[in-house]
Amino acid sequence: MYAFEYHRPASVAEAVRLLREKPEAKLLAGGHTLIPTLKQRLAQPSDLVDLGGIAELRGIREEGGALVIGAATPHGEVETSDLVRRTIPALAHLAGEIGDPQVRNRGTIGGSIANNDPAADWPAAVLGLGATVRTDRREIAADDFFTGMFETALEADEIVTAVVFPRPRRAAYAKFPNPASRYAMVGVFVAETDGGVRVAVTGAAPCVFRLTALERALAANFAPEAVDGVTVDASELNSDIHASADYRAHLVKVMAKRAIASALG
Amino acid sequence: MGRFGVGQAVARKEDPRLVTGRGRYVDDHAPPGLAHLVLVRSPHAHAVIRRIDTGAARRAPGVLAVWTIEDLDRAGLGPLPCKALYDNPDGTPMARPERPVLARGRVRFVGDPVVAVIAETRAAARDAAELVEIDYEPRPHVVETARATAPDAPRVWPEEAPDNRALVWELGDAEAVEAALARAVHTVSLTLVNNRLVPCSMETRGCLAEYDPASDRLTLLVGSQGVHNMRRILAEDVLRIPPEKLRVVTRDVGGGFGMKIWVFPEYPIALHAARTLRRPVKWVAERGEAFLADTHGRDHVTTVTLGFDADLRIVALKAEATANLGAYLSQFGPFIPTEAGGYMYTGVYDIPAALYRVTCVFTHTAPVDAYRGAGRPEAAYAVERALDHAARVLGIDPVELRRRNFVRPGQMPYTTALGYTYDSGDFPRILERALERADVAGFPERRRRARRDGRLLGLGVACYIERCAGGPDESARVEVRPDGRVRLFVGTQNNGQGHETAYAQILSEMLGVDFETVEVIQGDTDLVESGRGTGGSRSIPVGGAATRLAAEAVVEKAKRLAAEMLEAAEADIVFADGRFRIVGTDRGVSLFEVAARAGGEGLDGRGTFQPPAPTFPNGCHVVEVAIDIATGWPTIERYTVVDDFGRVLNPLLLAGQVHGGIAQGVGQALMEETVYDPESGQLLTGSFMDYRLPRASDLPMIDFSYLEIPSTTNLLGMKGAGEAGAIGAPPAVVNALVDALAEFGVRHLDMPVTPSRLWELLRELGVTG
Ligand SMILES: Cc1cc2nc3c(=O)[nH]c(=O)nc-3n(C[C@H](O)[C@H](O)[C@H](O)COP(=O)(O)OP(=O)(O)OC[C@H]3O[C@@H](n4cnc5c(N)ncnc54)[C@H](O)[C@@H]3O)c2cc1C
Repeated sequence: MYAFEYHRPASVAEAVRLLREKPEAKLLAGGHTLIPTLKQRLAQPSDLVDLGGIAELRGIREEGGALVIGAATPHGEVETSDLVRRTIPALAHLAGEIGDPQVRNRGTIGGSIANNDPAADWPAAVLGLGATVRTDRREIAADDFFTGMFETALEADEIVTAVVFPRPRRAAYAKFPNPASRYAMVGVFVAETDGGVRVAVTGAAPCVFRLTALERALAANFAPEAVDGVTVDASELNSDIHASADYRAHLVKVMAKRAIASALG
Repeated sequence: MGRFGVGQAVARKEDPRLVTGRGRYVDDHAPPGLAHLVLVRSPHAHAVIRRIDTGAARRAPGVLAVWTIEDLDRAGLGPLPCKALYDNPDGTPMARPERPVLARGRVRFVGDPVVAVIAETRAAARDAAELVEIDYEPRPHVVETARATAPDAPRVWPEEAPDNRALVWELGDAEAVEAALARAVHTVSLTLVNNRLVPCSMETRGCLAEYDPASDRLTLLVGSQGVHNMRRILAEDVLRIPPEKLRVVTRDVGGGFGMKIWVFPEYPIALHAARTLRRPVKWVAERGEAFLADTHGRDHVTTVTLGFDADLRIVALKAEATANLGAYLSQFGPFIPTEAGGYMYTGVYDIPAALYRVTCVFTHTAPVDAYRGAGRPEAAYAVERALDHAARVLGIDPVELRRRNFVRPGQMPYTTALGYTYDSGDFPRILERALERADVAGFPERRRRARRDGRLLGLGVACYIERCAGGPDESARVEVRPDGRVRLFVGTQNNGQGHETAYAQILSEMLGVDFETVEVIQGDTDLVESGRGTGGSRSIPVGGAATRLAAEAVVEKAKRLAAEMLEAAEADIVFADGRFRIVGTDRGVSLFEVAARAGGEGLDGRGTFQPPAPTFPNGCHVVEVAIDIATGWPTIERYTVVDDFGRVLNPLLLAGQVHGGIAQGVGQALMEETVYDPESGQLLTGSFMDYRLPRASDLPMIDFSYLEIPSTTNLLGMKGAGEAGAIGAPPAVVNALVDALAEFGVRHLDMPVTPSRLWELLRELGVTG
């Protein structure tokens, strides 16, 4: 780790002010991505602005029929929340599939989507449910939020404050873990929402994406068999020592089927 | 408080301390004035070092020293020795390239240490390490075992080993084997890969060096598997100082698996830094460093040929291996694929003629040395896979083929064609017991049901035998102190296996004292006179035997004093339950009363056990695996193991050894893959993000049981159990996977059999749910 200054602001406004004053500053949430990066000396921020002391960023509540999860809420809280289990159980399930208990007790939803790791689980839910990302200054639709590998629509000094999930009619997530890291090698989130069917795929490509062909097929017939008629183009997918692009393309279909089956209960 | 004897499942004495964070590992020590050592390592698999500029690093804040090999040469540090050197069959000596403590002129694997930086803090040392400028001229490399001796393969040691061959080593009767194979009714061959593994000890390697100017003595605190050997090599070969000028200490160790036996470059460098700077100096490997710069294990490519007569009895076995030693000869590197494993290639079978020939090669990869089982897993995998394969080719049930070829109990002691004498064992009984416990009879029905759920079920059997508890002697000293404590000084080394418990149990029984009164002292060259450390599943069979002899010596001594105290003839004194009594009366004195009478430190006794022969633990693993057809994901559904470890000291500790060994074996079979990129020579699996270690959830409950068939050569009748699980598991798991896919014509799968490999195979075969 290189040396840095540490700050622990008590409000979002103060955190934003610190980010503006220190252009080389970075936000610290659960630290489960950032700290290993620092330890490996792959980043050299001048300042760390810890979000852990900002009460308004943490917690889960209902707001006009939608579920609002504060950015600094750890995965473990989502996993075990009665409210989440009652309203969008697929989110509790997804949160419970992240890492191990230590990771779930530290890692946060805000940190996960701001980081936009191609293999992270949360982006699949955010995109799959057509959620809205709330920041200190605006609201960003999920479709506009994830812009590329480790890239988002966030500005340099912008802070995610919460994610607003509309309640779907039904939804489910199916994950095929990377055998070593247990991040998603392929994760498919399927949702039937008031705005139509949405299918989001994580882990398979450089960035989470919607599988529109399957969305169309499911709109006509929300059943596992609908997957059979859909082709997944492997040429856009990742290939590494754990899985070829072909394998990933195949797994997208298998996981989609499993997600649909589980959404149907 | 309690007395526990041999055979009882006593809970581990050390666990409350260890699980509440009170263990003392290397990195828990921070004496005042501590400085930190960091190594600059090669980013290249092979390169010439044109120039090293340490100027900026030396001027960086907090830096105390920056050294290259030239500095260490000037200081007189010798190279790291290889202590297992052999001759080729033609009598010429093997290649013996030197391994300097830092790279000299050339780097030969990614992670090869080049520059040492010592600074006030670890962060300052790392900062300065980044300022070291090294001008490398990359050269072509070879990282694949099978390609090492190809005519166009780049050379690791052009002068010492012009064709990358370090050694050819041979065992058995080549003529007899060729003749038998020529006459054989059937011959079956199989080529298989025994994959390279990274040891991944939970506690990474580390050391803390201190120097006392007044006595001109160095102390090294190090996570090791035995302090005496480490001291000998460090003092005599590397630092070139009298051994009494160096004290080596080992406290709690978070796993070694063979890898922590060796002297690594960081240790002499830290010692030299401590004496030069006159400050304590610590080095602890980061996880990434551990992946790159620990010794790795296995890495063989082997072809096995079996010849059979008309009744399918084996007439000959030939195993020809290529073993990757890495870029340098590690301390015992050449021993592993030769003497350590070579004798075991005939397994549990009655094979009249056998030949094992291994070609040890250099590649641009981390040095390879012992890893749990050290050579015997490679042998067991080769013979157990080859036999299973032969059964499928010849159209006979693999279990039946084993039954037909076992060494039978009536043949014991049995001398194998490779020259070992198995003293005891009942291989057929172990097999039948395992099949029964595994409910093999119910397997066809389970297979049908799994198939309906889109899963392919396979059943695999492997019968292993290994060699343990042989080699050099071990000594112990037992002190019975007037204050009611018993202290044992023994030269083995706990690495987490539970020695505190095991030895206390032996002494509790031998001396009739409370289990809690026994203190076990290991890992300090000042306190323990000699020792061979842990390795080869020898601690309890050999160290335990020495302990028993030492306890007997104390009792003998005490008896004389007791006779005096009781004013009786020594011949009339009996010892039981911790008391000496005059026979036929209730007049007596306790052992501790006698120790008090002796005065001073009390009484002590010594014992040395020299194993007359190695022991031969053996057993049978029966595994059921399921493959999810849709995804290729394999799961272990059932695991049954029946072992013969001879007499059992503590069933609980034993189960721990077996469970851990099986987890590692399953890891090798299904998960652990060490990938050096042939193109770049980089280690692609250099962290747990890419190197898959088994987790608790990857294993089912293991049905472990044993038959106690005492060793006839070990004083305690024990055979050793530390490595067995890791030896039997890989062939059993792979045999099960092949069984699952046999109906599609699959005959062999190389480890690790990952989901991705299975899926690609299912796709090729056109198998769908
Ligand atoms: C061993 C391990 C296993 C894991 N397994 C999984 C897994 O299976 N699936 C999975 O999805 N993830 C996994 N993770 C990642 C983990 O779950 C976290 O989601 C992830 O580390 C990011 O969250 P964090 O709170 O730790 O963020 P941090 O590491 O603190 O920050 C990450 C990045 O986001 C920025 N950031 C943080 N909060 C905000 C905010 N509110 N607004 C703007 N920017 C912000 C930071 O500046 C930083 O750049 C794993 C991590 C570990 C260490």
